[in-house]
Order: sequence, then C-alpha cells, then structure tokens
Amino acid sequence: MAGVQRPLSPHLQVYRPQISSVLSITHRITGASLGFGTLLLAWWLISAATGAEAFAQAQGVLGSIPGRLVLFGFTWALFYHLCNGIRHLGWDAGLGFEIPVMERTGIAVIIFSIVLTIAAWAVGCTLAGGVA
Amino acid sequence: MTESLRSPLGRVRGLGSARSGTTHWWRQRLTALALLPLIIWFVIGLVSHVGADHAAVVAWIAAPLNAALLVLLLTAGFWHVQLGGRVIIEDYIHGEGLKIFSVVALNFATIAVGLACVLAVLKLALRTV
Repeated sequence: MAGVQRPLSPHLQVYRPQISSVLSITHRITGASLGFGTLLLAWWLISAATGAEAFAQAQGVLGSIPGRLVLFGFTWALFYHLCNGIRHLGWDAGLGFEIPVMERTGIAVIIFSIVLTIAAWAVGCTLAGGVA
Repeated sequence: MTESLRSPLGRVRGLGSARSGTTHWWRQRLTALALLPLIIWFVIGLVSHVGADHAAVVAWIAAPLNAALLVLLLTAGFWHVQLGGRVIIEDYIHGEGLKIFSVVALNFATIAVGLACVLAVLKLALRTV
C-alpha cells in the first residue's frame, strides 16, 4: 500500500454536477446544519424557561443582524430539507424515479424552498411591524 | 440461482450482518413522516410570534396542546437528527475508533440536548400560575 500510486476509480469530482447529485449532497448538508441548529432551538427554549431576562438576551442575539442572517439560513435549510424530504418519501413509495420527473421535482424543491423561506420572513416581518 | 451462503433461517429473519435489518432506515422514515406536520405547525407558531414578548411566548409554549406538540416535535426531531447524523458519520469517517467515538458522541449529544429542550417545555407547561 504505502508509496505505491495505484489508479483509483473515478471519484465525485470527475462528474459534471447534476440536479440529482447537487440536491442529494445539499440534503445532507442542510440536515447536518439543522442538527447543529438544534443548539439554537435549545438555547431559545431554555432561556424562555429560565425567565424574562435570559429570554430578552437570547432574543437580542437572535434578532441582531448576524442573528437574523443565521436564522434566515436555517429557515431555508429547514424548508429545503422538508421539501426534499417529501421527495425522498415519494421515492421510498416507488414514485417519481423517471429521470425527467426526478429533475422536475428537484427544480420544484429549489423553487418551493426559496418561496416558502421568503414567505415566512415576509409574514414574520409584517406581523412584527416592519423590519426594524 | 447460485447456492446462497446464508442459512434459510437467516434469510427468513432478514436482519443482515448488522442484526438490525431495516429498523434504522424505517425509523428515519417514520420520524420524517411525523416531523412533516409538526415542523409546519412549529414554523407557523414561530412566525406568528416574531417580536412577541416573553409572556406571550411562554403562554404559547405552555398551552397544553402546544406543549404536547412541542414534546412530540422535539422527540421526533432529535431522534431524526441522531438517525441521520449516524448515517453521515458512517459514510465519511472511516477510522474505526473515531467512527465509534463520533456515533457515541452524537447519541449522547442528541439525548442530552433533546432532554434539556423537553424539560424546558415541561417546566413552562407544568408551572402553577
């Protein structure tokens, strides 16, 4: 093994990125990110259970501009993982395996995840009475 | 058909070499299915409380139905993170020692953080006003 340069089978980087592969790895990345994001959820819930002062501190950090950027990213990751998860459940049921269908549902996942993210933030900002 | 090396009993049980069969795969799907409506409900709840003060958020969490749905969401959610995270670890970490350590750390972390979240919800839900 050591020192001998053996030929390797083609690996990921030799293939042109396609809807199937890009969305698949994005599903993993969003899933892992959301896993780490549960720490924010935990912080928010525990601060709410601790008291008004701790809660105001958490809200202050989450409501800051960097906090909002992170939350916006998590919102999209959540909607993406949700939409693509439905796509996965469809495949598990044997639906949508044809390549044209698979590409259409993939594009639909991208569009829906972006639209839902913007819609959620638009409604949230409106209810909060403006972006400030 | 070539003769299989698997015993007839092993084939009937269908558990494979890891002795767990499709259990992990199936649980990941069931938690995903449970999370679909729960996540949609939770996002609507969060969005409708943007900018709300502590008292309003606590009242929402503590309402009996909301607290029950939150506990369900947290249970299914952290379980789903544990199941999915394990697959990612097993796919990308090849050293046996680091792999086992990572899976154990993931199990401990998801149980600990998940339990802390559930206790926070229960504390608010069960407090005497």
